[in-house]
Amino acid sequence: MAEELPGTNVAAEPAGGDACPAAGQPLLRIEGVAKTFGTFRAVDGVSLDIKAGEFFALLGPSGCGKTTLLRMLAGFEAPDEGRILLGGKDIAQALPHERPINMMFQNYALFPHLSVRDNIAFGLKRAGMPRADIATRVAEMVALVKLEGLEKRKPDQLSGGQRQRVALARALARRPQLLLLDEPLAALDKKLRENTQAELMELQRRLGMTFIIVTHDQEEAMTMADRIGVMKSGKLAQVASPRELYEAPRSRWIAEFVGDVNLFDGETKLRDGHRLVIGTRDAGTLVVAEPREAVGTGKLAVAIRPEKVKLSRRGPVSEAGRETAINSLDGVIADICYLGGTTTYKVKLDTGGTLQASVANSARLDVDAYGLNQHVVAWFTPDDCVVLQS
Amino acid sequence: MSSRRIFARPARFAAIAPYVWMVLFFLVPFGFVLKISLSQTAIAQPPYEPVFDLTAGWDTLKAAFAALSVGNFRLLGSDDIYVFAYVRSLTVAITATALLLLIGYPIAYGMARLPKRWQAVAMVLVIVPFWTSFLIRIYAWINILQHDGLLNQILLALHLVSQPVVWLSTDTAMYIGIVYSYLPFMILPLYATLAKMEPALEEAASDLGAPPWQVFWLVTFPLSLPGVGAGVLLCFIPIVGEFVIPDLLAGSNALMIGQTLWLEFFTNKDWPVASAAAIVLLVVLLVPLLLYERLQKRQLEQGR
Repeated sequence: MAEELPGTNVAAEPAGGDACPAAGQPLLRIEGVAKTFGTFRAVDGVSLDIKAGEFFALLGPSGCGKTTLLRMLAGFEAPDEGRILLGGKDIAQALPHERPINMMFQNYALFPHLSVRDNIAFGLKRAGMPRADIATRVAEMVALVKLEGLEKRKPDQLSGGQRQRVALARALARRPQLLLLDEPLAALDKKLRENTQAELMELQRRLGMTFIIVTHDQEEAMTMADRIGVMKSGKLAQVASPRELYEAPRSRWIAEFVGDVNLFDGETKLRDGHRLVIGTRDAGTLVVAEPREAVGTGKLAVAIRPEKVKLSRRGPVSEAGRETAINSLDGVIADICYLGGTTTYKVKLDTGGTLQASVANSARLDVDAYGLNQHVVAWFTPDDCVVLQS
Repeated sequence: MSSRRIFARPARFAAIAPYVWMVLFFLVPFGFVLKISLSQTAIAQPPYEPVFDLTAGWDTLKAAFAALSVGNFRLLGSDDIYVFAYVRSLTVAITATALLLLIGYPIAYGMARLPKRWQAVAMVLVIVPFWTSFLIRIYAWINILQHDGLLNQILLALHLVSQPVVWLSTDTAMYIGIVYSYLPFMILPLYATLAKMEPALEEAASDLGAPPWQVFWLVTFPLSLPGVGAGVLLCFIPIVGEFVIPDLLAGSNALMIGQTLWLEFFTNKDWPVASAAAIVLLVVLLVPLLLYERLQKRQLEQGR
């Protein structure tokens, strides 16, 4: 068993090696995987391909099944249905210690009775690596995560950030084909978390490894991942790049889960070339770009991100002939939330609804700011809107 | 909120109370025993001399002090009976503790891995024997182990033996009794450490390539050592001084120090030698006692 593990691969080359699947084939293929606990279907038929070298994020609210899916990849849970193919080989029923996959645990799970060095060396020893090579690899890992001088410390003598690094070094030491990260930054404070995010991305690119991260923090997923799989009730709701996920969410739920959004329910009134005219209950008639995927007639929702909404005192200076294409809504400022870089205004529309607009504070002085109860015109283009099946 | 306020009068009393307790119920009686151990046996009431008489004046008291001697301790060292009794006590305690650990660890481990609500049930099952008097439970064992007792009946019925086996008055019976009686004291501290151990640690070990036996040996067991230490000392210390179980279940050819003490005290009416034996026992047990205390302190510090 041991010689198959990449951990025994002493040469300092990026992960994978000869175990790398043929070009075009995904490194990891999840096929119709399901897991039931009692009567609760935690993971409900998930299929997903992950390419080698990808940074993939599983995003979802707690209880959506993302952690269960990750634990099935690590081998802590066996799927009831489906296959998990790593480099073409089905590992669904393999035990954790037989998989060339390593995991970074949510609370790091560092061995409290072992020093930093022995924590990092733990997996290497299990792979039967020669002593001298272990020492070299550990030193390499310690340098990689910048923990020089702390090798002899025990985990309880380290700060939260240092512990996180040990956990990362320990999980990377065996050069796994796939690294799983379970909420790796949840225990860090905000500033440290942002720095660590950047470091993790840099590290992943440099090592050319495949990372799968589980997180409930959409900002974290957006920042780090190449692709994001959003999970809901055990199913993958959408798999897309961060940009696509944000700008073209596939459902109302995703639009609301990822970032802030204004949603207006309505019905199609008119189809005019590439434009749809939708009558909404709370925001009057809106003109929106025709969605890429055809949406049926009937109940729809129009989604507009707050930063796509422009505010002005008199309304948009529109070109002649495009007037009809622009959505402009009158209202008064009902609430102001100053956030530093941006200010979020809640506009009470004359049509009845409320619209959130996020405006960049591009000038230091507040000459452009709006006051409470001030009359404003909120406007946005048809392309700023996303039409969703309600 | 100065620190002095914390030690306002009621609190200060609470801080002193344990020391008062220790002085009254440990140090003072220990002083009596120490004094008796330095006295000589006498056919009198009380059965030793000299007797300190605080009313008889300074000179008498001084004479009494002069009459004290360490002769009893010399006797303990020179007479094989006592040395054998100490050695036997330690041997029995070590063997029984090892057996307890071997039996208790798997039980505690199993308990800690049960679903939460079954853990509570298992806990009750471990503690429930305490609701019956200890002595009655030992007599029940006599009943089970005697010539026509339950154990022999079962063995005969199963044709495992053709003759009733002699269980009673053997070391086997004594070990059965000791292991049975002390098992909860081994299981509970082990269970406590195993139950609070983060399951992710075992998962991490297995994720890093350790097969199950290595997971146990490299992670679970080392991390349960505080519990092992507590369980071992909690059993070892009282077993060394155990009297009732060996007296009721073991043969009378080899005595433990507790039994020797009893003999000296009640049969031979030699209070001074019995006291000296008790003090030597205390000194012998001081080492594991101090170990236990250090272990507890370290655990408290780690728990911060």
